[in-house]
Amino acid sequence: MITRQRLAVGACALFAALAAGIAVPAGAVADETTALAPKVNLLLDVSGSMRAKDIDGQSRMAAAKQAFNEVLDATPEEVQLGIRTLGANYPGDDRKEGCKDTAQLYPVGPLDRTEAKTAVATLTPTGWTPIGPALLKAADDLDGGEGTKRIVLISDGEDTCAPLDPCEVAREIAAKGIGLTIDTLGLVPNTKMRQQLSCIAEATGGTYTSVEHTDELADKVNQLVVRAADPVVTPVAVEGAAGCTNAPAVKSGLYTDREEFGQQRWYKVEVQPGQEVRASVSVSADRAVNPDYGVLLRAVTVHGREIVRGEGNGTGRTDVISTGLRYAKAEADDDDDAEKPAAETVCLQVTNSFSAASGVAATPGLPLELTVDVVDGPSQASDVASFGLGRGWWLLGALVLVGFLTGVLWGWISRWRVAVWRTN
Amino acid sequence: MRAFTSQLARGTRVLGSAVLMLGLAAVPAVADETPSPSPSDGGSAPTSAGTSFRTATEIDQGEQATASGSAGDYLYWSFPADAGQRPTVKATVKLPDTHASEAWQLDVYDGLRRRQACQYGAQTRTAGPGTASVELACTLRTVRAWSEQWANDPLPGTYYVRLTAVNLPTSDLGLPVEAELRVDSKDIGGSAAVDGSLAEPLVPGIAVKSEDSEQSENSEDTEDSSTTTAVLSSIEPDGGWSSGWWSDRWVWTAIGGALAALAGVGGYALTRGSGRPRQGPPGV
Repeated sequence: MITRQRLAVGACALFAALAAGIAVPAGAVADETTALAPKVNLLLDVSGSMRAKDIDGQSRMAAAKQAFNEVLDATPEEVQLGIRTLGANYPGDDRKEGCKDTAQLYPVGPLDRTEAKTAVATLTPTGWTPIGPALLKAADDLDGGEGTKRIVLISDGEDTCAPLDPCEVAREIAAKGIGLTIDTLGLVPNTKMRQQLSCIAEATGGTYTSVEHTDELADKVNQLVVRAADPVVTPVAVEGAAGCTNAPAVKSGLYTDREEFGQQRWYKVEVQPGQEVRASVSVSADRAVNPDYGVLLRAVTVHGREIVRGEGNGTGRTDVISTGLRYAKAEADDDDDAEKPAAETVCLQVTNSFSAASGVAATPGLPLELTVDVVDGPSQASDVASFGLGRGWWLLGALVLVGFLTGVLWGWISRWRVAVWRTN
Repeated sequence: MRAFTSQLARGTRVLGSAVLMLGLAAVPAVADETPSPSPSDGGSAPTSAGTSFRTATEIDQGEQATASGSAGDYLYWSFPADAGQRPTVKATVKLPDTHASEAWQLDVYDGLRRRQACQYGAQTRTAGPGTASVELACTLRTVRAWSEQWANDPLPGTYYVRLTAVNLPTSDLGLPVEAELRVDSKDIGGSAAVDGSLAEPLVPGIAVKSEDSEQSENSEDTEDSSTTTAVLSSIEPDGGWSSGWWSDRWVWTAIGGALAALAGVGGYALTRGSGRPRQGPPGV
């Protein structure tokens, strides 16, 4: 049956594709693919410290250039790649000027490998390390489109433009809900830099990597660019309410929201009799949180009665804590008022028990991801065992014994009947 | 069934022999009633891991997945597990030459992102300085076809594996690590065959997927959604999800019925031994 369905889908899809090919001008099709194209912005630190010759005997800049050349060669066709620099142009000592120094080297768009390589070759280590401002600009570069967006930050020093904390900047960018991930790479890092770069990465669900060798750099950047090309479901932004009555209604799908420490988020789902609602929720730790935490998801009726709950908790370093629940609404009984379309509204309440040391920003809230699936309900079990069938030596023994005894009994009865007949 | 068995046991010969035949016919099925999970056939094993539930790399059971990452990364994979299987997840993390003491952990989550308990296996291990690798393992509970909605028993569907360092000094952040992951499962068979079943396996996004296919079946102007649209989880075991009606309980019960019938005949014959009249009237 599944095969047949697939065939049908395939046939329809083919037909639709053909029809679209005829009906829609080529430009529109191209627009659609660009809208969904994954975008990657490589953000390269070209500050003065990149002159240091400590990566495989060559300078950090040379290593970065070599890696970029390899990456540009290997970039998948569908990825729109851009390059932005920080600290590439202003050599002076004025901190204010130096902290504005970020420039787009190659615009995000379809990649012309030769052009991009030529642009990279011109770079010379120059100025400051304004990571925060550069991240903001890099996020602007990626604006628009529905595809995955990724910034790859390659740096060899911590931000020199305090008080604008790049980690806060990253969190703000993530909170805009444009689904952007920042991956960071630290060249020959020290402790402070590790902390800062991994903080930036964690704030957006990205990864941090320390790089000591040229080939590591090329491999990692390549891996990240290729990863951007993988299609990922884009969640729908939704804002949960503080109570059930004005909670937003959600259907099957993937949603994203923000939830502050100790905040409640409510959503509503409609369930028909005979249907099952499955909900899972994950709350991400995008900042430094205390190492003991939890999440609670409750399904509650509109009158406030709890139907079922899911709990998750943990300890230790984590990116996310998640839980889920399912609730199957029983088929409507016939003697019930059959005329009412008895779709039940189920309220979903999400709370988290993350906590943070004082000084950690409470807003924007922690990223929350909600998956809802409304499917047909399960067939209920009428017995513990499958179809009530038996299994094992005890079953065989019992059956044989009962069979034997019944045979003996039957034999006696028939002997007795024969005896009675003979007497008569 | 019980009524059926006792009916048989009454010694009705024709029916008894019919059931015997049925039992015999079912015996060859015993041999292949536990299909062991077949190792992946030739397909290249994944060489990267995802970074979240949403981007988890899908692997098959019996496949050796590898990934290179950095200490501090959260590596995610997902695999399908069907009713009657007891999956074991094994992971090896190769650490760099110099590192401090790191605690690594393997967590398994079900399709609802609920953490699943491990029956056996070292789920968390600390690698002291100089240790070249850490081996982690987790054996889940047996996956059942059905459970009450208030329980968090493992159900057929997608399972997520998260591999990460839970305790990591800052000096080790970002160091290159290599991870290997393999999922195998033991077929528990009929002893785990329960009644009831889910309408759809616990695969995230399955409702969205089936809606899409219905739509493209109904209307022809929808775009080619099956190829371009990403899905949360497109996982399926090699032979598709089991329908759940077959288990070796059928064979046990059938053989039990047949043996009961034989025993019934035997018991009957015993009572007719010496006392049977030689010239008894036919038909009694």
